[in-house]
Amino acid sequence: MSSTEIERQWTTRLRHRAAGKLPPEKLLPDTQPSYVSSWIYVFGVATLASLILVIATGCILALRGPSWWHGSFIGHFVNSLHLWSVEVFFFAMVVHLWGKFFMGAWRGGRTATWMTGVVTFLASLMTAFTGYVSQSNFDSQWISTQAKDGINATGGGAYFNVLNMGQMLMWHIVLLPLVAVILTAVHVILVRMKGVVPPYDDAASATSAATTEGATK
Amino acid sequence: MALYSFLAALIPLNNYGHFIHWHWLYISYANFIVICLMVITFVAALLLPFPGHNRRKGNR
Ligand code: HEM
Repeated sequence: MSSTEIERQWTTRLRHRAAGKLPPEKLLPDTQPSYVSSWIYVFGVATLASLILVIATGCILALRGPSWWHGSFIGHFVNSLHLWSVEVFFFAMVVHLWGKFFMGAWRGGRTATWMTGVVTFLASLMTAFTGYVSQSNFDSQWISTQAKDGINATGGGAYFNVLNMGQMLMWHIVLLPLVAVILTAVHVILVRMKGVVPPYDDAASATSAATTEGATK
Repeated sequence: MALYSFLAALIPLNNYGHFIHWHWLYISYANFIVICLMVITFVAALLLPFPGHNRRKGNR
């Protein structure tokens, strides 16, 4: 195969594009700008860490099944870990989003980072909701019978029936976690591609950060 | 099981919820407390010094 043929292969072109947009030193940088040494930057990673715990404990629950998580001590424990990781996840995500809001972290070509955050937030709300109606206790009965009226009023009940236990469980353990995890991955990759947004005082470099590459260093 | 009854005695959850009702605002104490904790955490994150901050000063 000639070298021009190799250059034209889609694998070669895709690799060059990916390496151009996100070279390894941008994906896993050695240093960060000095303004990043603040507690407020910890909350994105705290959200990520709690999401990992949520998924891991959810996988254990899926492996063992409802009689285990309702009926055994260790099952209750893992069920509680799952719930409390969700509480920490939302707590950290809200502090994270307040931080990014007051930093105006959508500046300098970071709209997609902000918007993937917004959609992840909405997808997480739906995941939590379907989780609450999948508990199979009085709480979930109350929540679903209340919610069905609201959802039926929108006409969505035919497609998203909160009284359909099987459907809600599938949304909770397959579709929505998939959406949340994929969006989170895109979100974090976008942060690495764009570099951390400079503070408002440094707004001039915010614009140049969008145009010149390697702004993280 | 003993641990369960001990915790259940400390935090009784088998009651009606408690709510704050102030003009148009209607919110459970539980939700209100969580929102307050988030605000406190947010302010603390801005004000508390980050460890190792001095070491990296000027090291852009
Ligand atoms: C699953 C939920 C989320 C995870 C795991 C997550 C994770 C992260 C991480 C690890 C960072 C980089 C570190 C940092 O600056 O804190 C980041 C940055 C960012 N996040 Fe999130 N985030 C989530 C939700 C959100 C939400 C709900 C919003 C806003 C609506 C948002 C907006 C942003 C923005 C704009 C940045 C870029 C900051 C910059 O360029 O300096 N994120 N996120």
